[in-house]
Amino acid sequence: MTAGSAATKPQQTTYREAMREAMREALRADERVFLMGEDVGRYGGCFGVSLGLLEEFGPERIRDTPLSESAFVGAGIGAAVAGMRPIVEIMTVNFSLLALDQILNNAATLLHMSGGQLAVPLVIRMTTGAGRQVAAQHSHSLEGWYAHIPGIRVLAPATVADARTVLAAALADPDPVLIFEHGSLYNLSGDPDPGADPVDLGRAAIRRPGTDATIVTFGGCLPKALEAAEELARLDVSAEVIDLRSLRPLDDAAIMSSVARTHHAVVVDEAWRTGSLAAEISARITEQVFYELDAPVERVCSAEVPIPYARQLEEAALPQTADIVAAVQKAVS
Amino acid sequence: MTPVVLANDEGDRMTGRRAVEKSTTPNPASGSTKRAPQGRGTRRTTGLKDEPEFIQLLTPTGERIDHPDYPLELSPEEARSLYRDMVLVRRVDAEGTALQRQGELGLWASLLGQEAAQIGSGRAMRPDDFAFPTYREHGVAWCKGVPPVNLLGMFRGVNNGGWDPNENNFNLYTIVIGSQALHAVGYAMGVQRDGGDSAVIAYFGDGASSQGDVLESFVFGASYNAPVVFFCQNNQWAISEPTSRQFRVPLYQRAAGFGFPGVRVDGNDVLACLAVTRAALEHARSGQGPMLIEAFTYRMGAHTTSDDPTRYRSSDEVESWRAKDPIVRLKAYLDREALADETFYKTVDDEADELAAQIRSGCLALPDPDPLSMFEHSYAAPHAQVAEERAFLADYLAGFAEEEH
Repeated sequence: MTAGSAATKPQQTTYREAMREAMREALRADERVFLMGEDVGRYGGCFGVSLGLLEEFGPERIRDTPLSESAFVGAGIGAAVAGMRPIVEIMTVNFSLLALDQILNNAATLLHMSGGQLAVPLVIRMTTGAGRQVAAQHSHSLEGWYAHIPGIRVLAPATVADARTVLAAALADPDPVLIFEHGSLYNLSGDPDPGADPVDLGRAAIRRPGTDATIVTFGGCLPKALEAAEELARLDVSAEVIDLRSLRPLDDAAIMSSVARTHHAVVVDEAWRTGSLAAEISARITEQVFYELDAPVERVCSAEVPIPYARQLEEAALPQTADIVAAVQKAVS
Repeated sequence: MTPVVLANDEGDRMTGRRAVEKSTTPNPASGSTKRAPQGRGTRRTTGLKDEPEFIQLLTPTGERIDHPDYPLELSPEEARSLYRDMVLVRRVDAEGTALQRQGELGLWASLLGQEAAQIGSGRAMRPDDFAFPTYREHGVAWCKGVPPVNLLGMFRGVNNGGWDPNENNFNLYTIVIGSQALHAVGYAMGVQRDGGDSAVIAYFGDGASSQGDVLESFVFGASYNAPVVFFCQNNQWAISEPTSRQFRVPLYQRAAGFGFPGVRVDGNDVLACLAVTRAALEHARSGQGPMLIEAFTYRMGAHTTSDDPTRYRSSDEVESWRAKDPIVRLKAYLDREALADETFYKTVDDEADELAAQIRSGCLALPDPDPLSMFEHSYAAPHAQVAEERAFLADYLAGFAEEEH
């Protein structure tokens, strides 16, 4: 490990820079790693994540692609099968729909369909989520769809430290891994040093301990959940905040042990409520710790409409801190 | 097709047009196969400074040249009105950019530099011809009679669908890259079944030409011999990616592989765009099927107001295109032929000022949407789940009203 020098004070960086540093580290460490996607080279990525990497690693390893999501994800699969370790950036989750056949029918199933011969060690990074006034066709939260699919791992780093460490874990995995980066997190500032808690694929993290209620969330909703917990503390409600980090597999043990202690559960998910990851988590809680619950599970999700463009409408459609506070209060009342 | 082998130019951007531009483009007017019509500049291109081979009726200095395959009779009045259209839409566009910079629009996609491609093709259409735009076709919208302020609602975030597509035969803007090419083919197949002689235009860009949707629309258009014109404004840049990343032979040559004619036109020459698009529409309406037009132009501004083009292209390149400005070019022609005088130019400028003022006040007067309006268009018919959420939000909002009293 290179980050070993015992720093005396925590350094601050952004989520964007942490992800970039993780890519830089991976590109330096393993010549099989390369980055491919739209505008990732000269432009440095539409969200600026790969800024400077073309200059450092050259066009062979930082590859701008034609505008064809299906093609560059498919090519990534081919490269991965052949022994490379591609990082494919899809500009946003909305555009990943053009590559859905490659992701679901190919990446997720090739190992199975080849009798175990063709592993696909592919990492796909993409921006997800709403909240930036980019309207109904650029604001999806489809992580839950992907979490439905056997054969892939789905990760949602929500902190600067997770952004710094998630890529190495994903690249080390022999299976396809999807990393969802919520667009609202890129400017988040924090300590990139994971300390004792680097991303461990499949394990959730308790971001704030509490005793009265468990808020289960991930990705772009984590900052809102933490804000809600802070506000609830002022109202004498101690909320525990669990950051899932991994959406497939889900860390049932972390969720259930928390709910068994707090006896109240609120799931916060920016996706639409129907058929959502929030629905899956609620179902698991009722399956596994029903008798620990003192109240029904609450869910805070987006309104079931195409996400509006206008700021005030968009804010009304998305889960907000006040909604989370209200849901927790309802659960514990 | 002439096989084209290029040197490996990884990272060497604009040299992709080194292609030998020998075309087997059939002449849309006669249906015969002959060498591609040639305008000025028939030499091979090796870089930015060279002119590609394309159809041109007006040189950058305003000299009128004829082309045997694309004759154009143009009255002085028509020439002036093309100038007027281009000046006015440039002003509409400048106002859009300014309103975004002042925080009145969330986003604006500028057409600056593409006025000739849009006005030329837009004016070539008959009222019954139907256009499927991307999100940048403000000039085509103008030609189809969509009031400019109606374009702004979506960019301001106060409404969607700011105009009735059937009223002007101008579809709503499509945000998803390339999707509209398929919709246009479907519409054209409907026109075909109806038995009319209307034609359809699908607009798209050089970046979209790599999308499966666009290529699949070529397959369908050809397979069904649909009355559709594929009109690509090759403005050289797909956000930061140059055309050499999207194609290694000139785009228009792709058409041959799909089984229909392709032509390249000087996209900064409004007369050539008009004549070529007219010919392609005639080709479509006379039952000969699709045609691909590549309008070779340049996006003088940013991809959208969210973009900073200085990150990926040189000011030299931008300046080299400024010398080919479509409005300057037409004005040079009008002056050279003494078709317009100062009074005319002043009138157009005054009209542009007035239009800009109207757009500004019209934009600011657009009503803000009611919060409950977000539930209005999830479904065309009443829907229980939406009704439930709508009622919940209505109750929630009513709570604030009570607090105020």
